[in-house]
Amino acid sequence: MALNQPALPVTPTAISERRPRSRSGDVLRSLVRDRGGMLGLVLFSLLVFAAVFAEQLAPHDPIAQNLRVSKQPPAWMAEGTWEYPLGTDNLGRDILSRILYGTRVSLTVGFFGVVIAVGIGLAAGLVAGYAGGRTDSIIMGVTNVLLGLPYLLFVVVIAAILGRSLLNVILIFGITDSPIFVRVARGEMLRLRESVYVQAAHSIGVPARRIIWTHILPNMIGPMITVATFEMSAMIFYEAGLGFLGLSVPPRVPSWGNMLAAGRQYLTTQPWITTFPGIAIMVTSLAMNLLGDWLRKVNDPRQRRTLQ
Amino acid sequence: MHHYLFARTIQSILVLFGVLVLVFFMVRLTGDPAALMLSREASPEAVAAFREQMGFNRPVVVQFADFLRRAAGGDFGSSLRYRTPAFQMILERLPATLQLAGVAMLIAVGVAIPLGLIGGARPGSIWDTLARVVGLLGQSVPNFWLALIMILVFAVRLRWLPSFGRDEWRSVLMPAFVLGLAPMGQLVRLMRSAVLEIRGEDFIRTAYSKGLATHVVYQRHILRNAIMPLISVFGVQFGYLLGGSIYIETIFAWPGIGRMIAEAVAGRDFPLVQAIALFSSLVVVGLNILTDLAYALIDPRIRYGT
Repeated sequence: MALNQPALPVTPTAISERRPRSRSGDVLRSLVRDRGGMLGLVLFSLLVFAAVFAEQLAPHDPIAQNLRVSKQPPAWMAEGTWEYPLGTDNLGRDILSRILYGTRVSLTVGFFGVVIAVGIGLAAGLVAGYAGGRTDSIIMGVTNVLLGLPYLLFVVVIAAILGRSLLNVILIFGITDSPIFVRVARGEMLRLRESVYVQAAHSIGVPARRIIWTHILPNMIGPMITVATFEMSAMIFYEAGLGFLGLSVPPRVPSWGNMLAAGRQYLTTQPWITTFPGIAIMVTSLAMNLLGDWLRKVNDPRQRRTLQ
Repeated sequence: MHHYLFARTIQSILVLFGVLVLVFFMVRLTGDPAALMLSREASPEAVAAFREQMGFNRPVVVQFADFLRRAAGGDFGSSLRYRTPAFQMILERLPATLQLAGVAMLIAVGVAIPLGLIGGARPGSIWDTLARVVGLLGQSVPNFWLALIMILVFAVRLRWLPSFGRDEWRSVLMPAFVLGLAPMGQLVRLMRSAVLEIRGEDFIRTAYSKGLATHVVYQRHILRNAIMPLISVFGVQFGYLLGGSIYIETIFAWPGIGRMIAEAVAGRDFPLVQAIALFSSLVVVGLNILTDLAYALIDPRIRYGT
């Protein structure tokens, strides 16, 4: 950054004598003030913790079947034991352990799906916004076709065609979700290209590549992360939906969607088999949405002003 | 306006072509559509015969041209399992899905507009909190799970509503509510933030200062302007409802298109899947065009701006 600043003597004016508050300090202050954002961050941290330490936290093997203890109710119900705090499923597998391990599947799909989508979206959006003209029309034409389709339907169909595997699910979500990021990246590119400091950098002869790396990309991070948070939430949600239809990771992998699918036929007799994975999906989605709402407020100067 | 119409028409034709390309190549993603559609135990002779029958042994370009020609004539292919034209099957199932999606949209809009309006009009009030909670829950509650829980509570335990089928008018209530929950959340959010933003505009201050009563300002200036962005997401919302109906119709045994997709996918009836994907995309793309045009008609800023 410092290399790009013009070597002109900068005389401090009266206005700049009041030291501006640091950006990171502002962000932290707004997080403390925003109860929703704080709750989202805490929940999300817990989920990451559960995913990383699933082996240490889980009281049982998530895959081991034990028919002698099948369909045990949660601990607080009659006949429930603390041996299996959330009960067991039809094959005697511990539901708590399966949910803890399921966090891994959900967060993996959400994280890597978003990474792929951001990668494609950023590349295509930057090219479209920078090149303009025919390149821009073609990229945005394809993007608009994809955005106009019934998204979920295509995800279901493609998942059915490609077959059940973690990699397939990640690729499907990563690729089908990228048009949203193309649109965001292009919009930001167009906005930033016209900004005074980019014009200034351009006028003193800073090469285009360096302008993009030092002035445009860093300023895109905020909006991109905001959208990424919402999209990660949506992917986790839809992955569970695919699992429910039997189209996500293979059936032996403990995932929340697979748990819902397996528990569905025991809904009326052993409702806890379906209840807890559903709550897990809901809490994850809630956490990411709260986090996204807060990030949006932080990144939107108009809203930030009204908050202070 | 004419320029806008022209540009939009060209764009839609490109979109439709894109949909056709996508649907055609989708079943060829794995390389061999014959292997995809037949079971693994099928003999090599049977696979070869099937390939011959479906025309998969011809050059892809020829197949694609043939696919386009047929689609243009309304021939969407036939179901492998039922041996009936897919288009006819879709039309038979369409009314049920339209009814479900229609009631779901009514519930969503019926809750979202008043709640978003009151919430946005009184920030910080209990209505505002409620609007934000509905907005958040609509995005966070998995509808396929909520459907199961509602069946458990309202059909199995309380016995208030039927748990499946489409035999009486009450059958539509539960599936439509569950399906409408996500659009409801999004519309409440949109409505609330639109009202919040419009409240601070200059023309609202002008309206107040010329002596208009609060309810007139809301009716005439705020409500009208806040509803506009809702119209623009209508096509997208309908696409969402179609996707969501795959789960909801399967769970509630609702005899519509969503359940047909789930069944076709499970039975590897890919010509039928292809036809449904094509049909639904055409409907959604068509709706998007219509909402854009409606938007341009209502809002002069768009009409003259572009």
